[in-house]
Amino acid sequence: MAVSQPRGDAPRRSRSAAAGDRVFLFVVNAAVGLFVILVALLFLELVKGSWPSLHAFGPKFLWTSEWNPVTNQFGALPLIYGTLVSSLVAIVLAGVVGILAATYLAEFAPRWVARPLGFVIELLAAVPSVVFGLWGLFVLAPVVRTVIGPALQKYLGFLPIFQGPISGVGMLTAGLVLSFMILPTVTAISREVIVAIGGDLREASMSLGATKWETVARVVLPASRAGIFGALVLALGRALGETIATTMVIGNRPQIAASLFAPSYTLASVIANEFTEANGDVYISALIELGLLLFVVSFIVNAIARLLLWIVLRTRS
Amino acid sequence: MKRSLSSRHAASWIGATVTALCAIIGAAILILILGYVAFAGARALNPAFLTQLPVPVGETGGGVGNGIVGTLITVGIATLLALPMGLLGALFLALFGRGWFPEVVRFLSDVLSGIPSIAIGLFAYTLLVAPFRHFSALSASFAFAILMLPIILRTSEEAIRSVPRSIREGALALGLSEFATTMRIVVPAARPAIITGLLLAIARVTGETAPLLFTAFGSQFWELNPAQPMAQLPLQVFTYAISPYASWHAQAWAGALLLITAVLVLNILARLVLTPRTQR
Amino acid sequence: MNATVAPMRVENLSAYYGSREAVADVSMPFAANAVTALMGPSGCGKTTLLRCLNRIHEIAPNAYARGKVLLGDRDIYDSDMSVVELRRRVGMVFQRANPFPTLSILGNVTAGLSGSVPAAKRMEVAESALRGAALWEEVRDKLSKPATALSGGQQQRLCIARALAVEPEVLLMDEPTSSLDPISTLSIEELMTSLTDRYAIVVVTHNLQQAARVSKYSAFMLADETGIGRLIEMDETSRMFTKPSDRRTEDYISGRFG
Repeated sequence: MAVSQPRGDAPRRSRSAAAGDRVFLFVVNAAVGLFVILVALLFLELVKGSWPSLHAFGPKFLWTSEWNPVTNQFGALPLIYGTLVSSLVAIVLAGVVGILAATYLAEFAPRWVARPLGFVIELLAAVPSVVFGLWGLFVLAPVVRTVIGPALQKYLGFLPIFQGPISGVGMLTAGLVLSFMILPTVTAISREVIVAIGGDLREASMSLGATKWETVARVVLPASRAGIFGALVLALGRALGETIATTMVIGNRPQIAASLFAPSYTLASVIANEFTEANGDVYISALIELGLLLFVVSFIVNAIARLLLWIVLRTRS
Repeated sequence: MKRSLSSRHAASWIGATVTALCAIIGAAILILILGYVAFAGARALNPAFLTQLPVPVGETGGGVGNGIVGTLITVGIATLLALPMGLLGALFLALFGRGWFPEVVRFLSDVLSGIPSIAIGLFAYTLLVAPFRHFSALSASFAFAILMLPIILRTSEEAIRSVPRSIREGALALGLSEFATTMRIVVPAARPAIITGLLLAIARVTGETAPLLFTAFGSQFWELNPAQPMAQLPLQVFTYAISPYASWHAQAWAGALLLITAVLVLNILARLVLTPRTQR
Repeated sequence: MNATVAPMRVENLSAYYGSREAVADVSMPFAANAVTALMGPSGCGKTTLLRCLNRIHEIAPNAYARGKVLLGDRDIYDSDMSVVELRRRVGMVFQRANPFPTLSILGNVTAGLSGSVPAAKRMEVAESALRGAALWEEVRDKLSKPATALSGGQQQRLCIARALAVEPEVLLMDEPTSSLDPISTLSIEELMTSLTDRYAIVVVTHNLQQAARVSKYSAFMLADETGIGRLIEMDETSRMFTKPSDRRTEDYISGRFG
């Protein structure tokens, strides 16, 4: 008695099945296999390229401050600092504005407003990094130098982060530009989450007599917490790896300073600025190690964010 | 309720207004940037700019002709690399939907799309530049292809899945092989959505600068050979922008205008024009 | 009826979706040159049974079958019978017409033909199939138009023509008229009757009157308490509708449920 075998979406192949189908399936599987190998190779090549540096400095690469090509001493701490702080500034700014904007689009805006407005915000994500950098350098930096900086210093100058000379380029400007770049991500994904989660809760709350704002602030948003957090983590990942726009407005000086007006340096910017001039195995491999660091961090950050969003969204779809 | 009804409604109104303002800020940023780039870039934009080679600083005129051609070539080759693999991968995901391996593939694709482009550039460098001690547009295309893959993969999978199951069943019931069903019936039905995804992928890498720094490297001359270093428009914009020369700054704005226009047109085309209303 | 000359029959067929048994232990013949109707209330497994006959059932994830389905003297589940060959010999028409959206009317009709068939022969086959489906006169001037330009009833007849073009032995029809208006329904029923000249037809139907009108043999299925579909009774339609042997068949036919 013959029994057919269960087989996913594809019907069972019998031995005399068309050879064409077999070739087709082989090619399809091979393409996917190649893809997986490519991703693995990416990681391996970065490790291989970093090897001399990994060997020479070990883990103290991460907490040493000296970045000196002349003496071949490389420590990434100021770069890690610059990357983290600029991204933090970006996430705080983009997070507040983005979540509120998403709330508007998902809850308050009439459909004929929400669609085009949301579309325009999403288009912002398409703007190339070098254009953001150009605009940041020639438009935003002067504004920071002449308006925003002095204003912050005047009213909040007692805080160390707003002290010191204001040159226009620096951590704050970089953080601002980054926040513009990641705003669409925060908005679009938060909106998706709020829309997915909102449904029944919204109706239940409104029918109990709550106002729209009370419903949103006390019921819908708290319920969307996890998904919104996922959106923020995803946006953070983008900010951490941003290269060209940051390089153009951050001042490119490896230092750890308290002031947001001071110039700084990020992991990605160093690679962009110094790679083509680098000589010597240790120097080059130190730069590649920075790339490896970026890869690992963004891999982990993205994995966490995607997992979170997957859990949140699929229980609702 | 402790507060009066009118103050609760006022709070609601304030909430709506504040959030609306935030949304408007988001949209305003795009308009601001686009407006300024158009304003600053239009001045230097002329036919000479589009067709001539760069000139040394101090001399007037010159253009980004080689950069435009170089970008077209690099993005074109990247598309040729990424599209077949992306489509085949999408077929795999659509045909073998569930199961642990397809989920791994989707996960890798999603995570890959978040890897900084400079790290991808380094990968292209170690694989295709260092061994040959030679910069090339091809290595840049390789990096671009990796950036395009996740987009093509996901959008094509979605496109193929959106073809109604009844169509595929009808083809299989007719005695068509899996291959024929997919290639002759399902994929053609998904073609508009696949093209949309491709446009978005192209928009993603047009204007991408970081990987170019050590793959294509740039050039002052016309170059059509992908095995050679080649001028790229985003690189030229970057180089001109960080230079100290005002004439180069003007050219940077013009180049930026070209880039932002190309990217926005592709996006609007893909998302507004080609996507049917029901799927937006 | 002599079961051994039936072009198709099932023996102890059970169908599963993963661990859930949907149909259990069905044995019945499907007569040549006649319409056999599969009837029963929703969930009785009649569609699942039909879909086992051309192994389309297996497209669903983790779906499989046990038992024998004999086409001629070969078991279709044998490893040396390819599904492609099987489905050319056993054609199917679905509940909702599913013309291929990117192909023209002509393209649709000839979609099952191999690519190596020359254009002239394709036209010949198309005309013959469209005539067989009583659609030729209506579409002969617009063969290159998209298939989606046709009305619902015409699209369904197009799908029938498409199935006929590969010259099957058996034609399976899964509630082919349930989404059509009464006039189209009637024309398809007339078509079914005329097709029995050349094909064995198995039709799943919800509509008792339709079964009475078109079929020579009828099979009544019912889901038991655990939800597993079973064959209750099979007989000549005329006899089953007037003097059913099983009480449950009688209840169904007289409208007491379903």
